[in-house]
Amino acid sequence: MEKEKHHIVPYKVYFYILIALIVLTFMSIGITQINLGEYSVLGAMIFSTIKSVLVLTWFMHLKFDQPFLRFMVGFVALVFLAITFITFLDYYFR
Amino acid sequence: MEHVTQHSDPHYDQEASKLGMWLFIFTELLLFGGLFLVYSIYRFLNPEAFQMAGHELNLSIGAINTVILLVSSMTIAMSTSALQKKNKGLTVFLLEVTIILALIFLINKYFEWGVKFDHGIWPGSAHLVNDMSKGEILFFGLYFVMTGLHALHIVVGMIIIIVALNKVQKGTVHADRPSLLENAGLYWHLVDLIWIFLFPLFYLIH
Repeated sequence: MEKEKHHIVPYKVYFYILIALIVLTFMSIGITQINLGEYSVLGAMIFSTIKSVLVLTWFMHLKFDQPFLRFMVGFVALVFLAITFITFLDYYFR
Repeated sequence: MEHVTQHSDPHYDQEASKLGMWLFIFTELLLFGGLFLVYSIYRFLNPEAFQMAGHELNLSIGAINTVILLVSSMTIAMSTSALQKKNKGLTVFLLEVTIILALIFLINKYFEWGVKFDHGIWPGSAHLVNDMSKGEILFFGLYFVMTGLHALHIVVGMIIIIVALNKVQKGTVHADRPSLLENAGLYWHLVDLIWIFLFPLFYLIH
């Protein structure tokens, strides 16, 4: 039972994560304001990915959970990327 | 002795409960994932139309709603810590703040959609069908379906949080039995996670 005892995350950790998320949001707004052409989507998506990793790791507690949960989340992300990749192969070479 | 072994407490398994919630979250992620895939393909096929239509959206209202959702994610995450520290008053307060923030998000969404309706833009509207290109119709169709489905998740999330809040108050959800609150938190973070991708894809097209 002791092993299942929860790790209590201090309030200030959540606050720091929130600040990081808000800063990243404004950075993603900033990067899409400068004209990068096709790369602006890529830039915005990179910021979104970093933000989602922060949310998954800290807010959703994956950092303190059993490793298999992290593995499953990664697997779902890979499945989605694979489906996207294959679909684009189809449309790109039509 | 026989008696003692037959005695059973209501079964409670925190890990299994969490795993079940995650499995549900995966189905939600793939539901929205499918919509994101549709969005990507249509944007790839109609880049100019998506760009033009994207300018119709109000960047400030989108940014404000992003910050609101991020803050509400923090407050519900903090409420799980407060529950574990056996601070019931703070847990309840943080959950109330989360619900209020969710409500503000929905009110913003109401005004945002209202402006679109005033401009004659809604799924199947005459202005959309007659005056706009195929790509713009697709953009607004996806905009209403995806932000609408997301807003529906906000409403469901609020209901779940209200239920969790009541049970915290009644004392059936407490430090040794926190699963309902933690799963409500996971669901709320999922809603936040989806918005993290919706926001740049719809509001930040330039």
